[in-house]
Amino acid sequence: MTPDLDDRLDLDARPLPRRVREFPFPFPTDSYRYSTNVEAAGAANPTAAGAWGASVLAVDEFYVGDATECAGLLAADPSRCQELPHMRPAVWDAVLYVLTQLERARPDYFRLEDLGEDRFRWTNRPLGLQQSFRYGDDSTLPTDPLRWLAPQVQDDLVLLDQREGALWADAGVVTAAADWSMKFDVGMSFLEVHGPVPRIHPERIISRAQDFLMRLQPGEEYRRTNWTMTVGRRLDVATETYPEWGPDRRLVLAQDLGARLHLRVEVQHLVRLPSSGAVLFLIRTYLLPLRDIAHVPQWRDRLAAVLDELPEDMADYKGLTRYRRAAADWLRAAGAP
Amino acid sequence: MTTTSLVPAASELAQADPSPTVAVTGPGLLSLRVQAVETAADGVRTVTLTGADGGALPAHPPGSHLVLHCGGRRNAYSLTGCGTRPRSYTVSVLLLGDGQGGSRWVHGLQPGDHVLADRPRSAFAPVATARHHLLIAGGIGITPLLSHARAARRWQRSFELLYGYRPGAGAHLPELRELCGPRLLELPQLPDFLAAVEARLVASPVGTHVYACGPAAMLDAVLERADELGWPQERVHTERFSAADLDPGAPFRAVLRRSGRRVPVPSGVSLLTALEGAGVPVPNLCRQGVCGECRVGVLAGAPLHRDLFLSDEEKAAGDSVMCCVSRSEDPDLELDL
Repeated sequence: MTPDLDDRLDLDARPLPRRVREFPFPFPTDSYRYSTNVEAAGAANPTAAGAWGASVLAVDEFYVGDATECAGLLAADPSRCQELPHMRPAVWDAVLYVLTQLERARPDYFRLEDLGEDRFRWTNRPLGLQQSFRYGDDSTLPTDPLRWLAPQVQDDLVLLDQREGALWADAGVVTAAADWSMKFDVGMSFLEVHGPVPRIHPERIISRAQDFLMRLQPGEEYRRTNWTMTVGRRLDVATETYPEWGPDRRLVLAQDLGARLHLRVEVQHLVRLPSSGAVLFLIRTYLLPLRDIAHVPQWRDRLAAVLDELPEDMADYKGLTRYRRAAADWLRAAGAP
Repeated sequence: MTTTSLVPAASELAQADPSPTVAVTGPGLLSLRVQAVETAADGVRTVTLTGADGGALPAHPPGSHLVLHCGGRRNAYSLTGCGTRPRSYTVSVLLLGDGQGGSRWVHGLQPGDHVLADRPRSAFAPVATARHHLLIAGGIGITPLLSHARAARRWQRSFELLYGYRPGAGAHLPELRELCGPRLLELPQLPDFLAAVEARLVASPVGTHVYACGPAAMLDAVLERADELGWPQERVHTERFSAADLDPGAPFRAVLRRSGRRVPVPSGVSLLTALEGAGVPVPNLCRQGVCGECRVGVLAGAPLHRDLFLSDEEKAAGDSVMCCVSRSEDPDLELDL
């Protein structure tokens, strides 16, 4: 269903660009708090400007650029890919799941042919790639399976093993982390990974989320959103590269805020992989500058309200302290007659 | 897991279609056709099922079960395949004279018959970090462990299978011998079986996980002996045919917070049955305290936990109860219904 856009638009852009129409605007109300905000995956969520989420994986205009950036980061810093040895069956399970979902999202771009006897042929047209492999046999791929898979999908991948009544982040490739580090987190439990997040512990949000995830049955898929803000269209804001991007959070105030400051939204999918029983955590990051957000009046007003109202500890954790007032002011000014 | 008897229940997990599986007909429902039936041993029928329209079937972790809709009831049966990209599902079912009709129904199936099933569910999966997997099967309890053995071979896991059965009644022996070679110990004499189990529990390497399926008395003996020998609870996994016979329990009253109703639960009648009798439906599946479907929130009163699903911590928290088997310590148990 396409909402009638005409009465929702600012004057200078119609129709809205795809990055706006498909942007997963995350705020249902004028106030944001952490919650266990999960819902079943795979159905389109309408927004004031369009919709998002019709498929688990979304392939957009940034696909080839993101793939190049991911491959470059992995080459420059191989530690972005982490895997404990017992995760190999889960990794292969993830490979097959992700390739299948890519083909489902864009059959004109991707093709997975099942040749029988565990053999497959994979075609990735945007990246000009064709690869035959045997499921479970590492030697049939040019590099280890997770490293091979990661640049072909715009999502970051984390694999959680379930044992002893908990989930453990035992493998992953993360090249768009919002100030965290897979290398630091590998082998931690789900609860430990979320240790630094303020407010969530007294409310047992993370332990309830873990309970929920541990009960997912084979093949079940859920999703949630999370958000922060980033200066520039920069996916890689990992802890490892803080010196490169951290100062921008101060410098942005002196620059063109509307073009430089981005709302950063993660669409996270939580999937019980069918044959290994591992939980696949997919994190897809969308960045939209304030200037684009201002094109959608409902988004402009709501983001300004959320930034105004956000408690100080949450703004600190998200790294917004220096500029959130300026961002809210900018949005309000953009909406002024 | 062969005789978990289930009364008709309308609960279906609402879930997204997670894989390109043409056999899926409804929310989580599989449409299957009997491809072959054969006699696997005295009184044991092996049934092979494929997608009714020839489509792919959902994968599943080793040790999963399939809930077949058997006429008016639903019965859970262990899947014997390894679960990775299954072309068909195979279950082996022992005919029980005193069963509630499910095994008789399965034994009546003929090639070409149409069968409905829920998607596979996992409750007895191997632990990926185990250094060694000790599989212990009694009688028809071999079925989930055949699945484990296949997966262990596929991923080159260290394992050993102790298989106790009555002489002449061992199912799946030829394929087990081929699959396991010297890792299979066939123990048709009970004293030999018990001695072998004892020897392994005493001398298995640190990091071993035990997986046992068979009659309740055998599982209780394994659990008790493992506990005496200092095995951590998290390393001993059992799959029960059915929960141990429970005593009828004292009568109590269920107080329903939302409607304000009071539902008496007489001795010998389960809380779930009493609720259903009062016209209060609760999603449920196994009715044995195993599957976790019928969990109900507790707002006041102390639950008398008798299930095998909740963890010790969850039981101690006292804020939920598996209403199919558990009861109340107090005269009134207030429920979030």
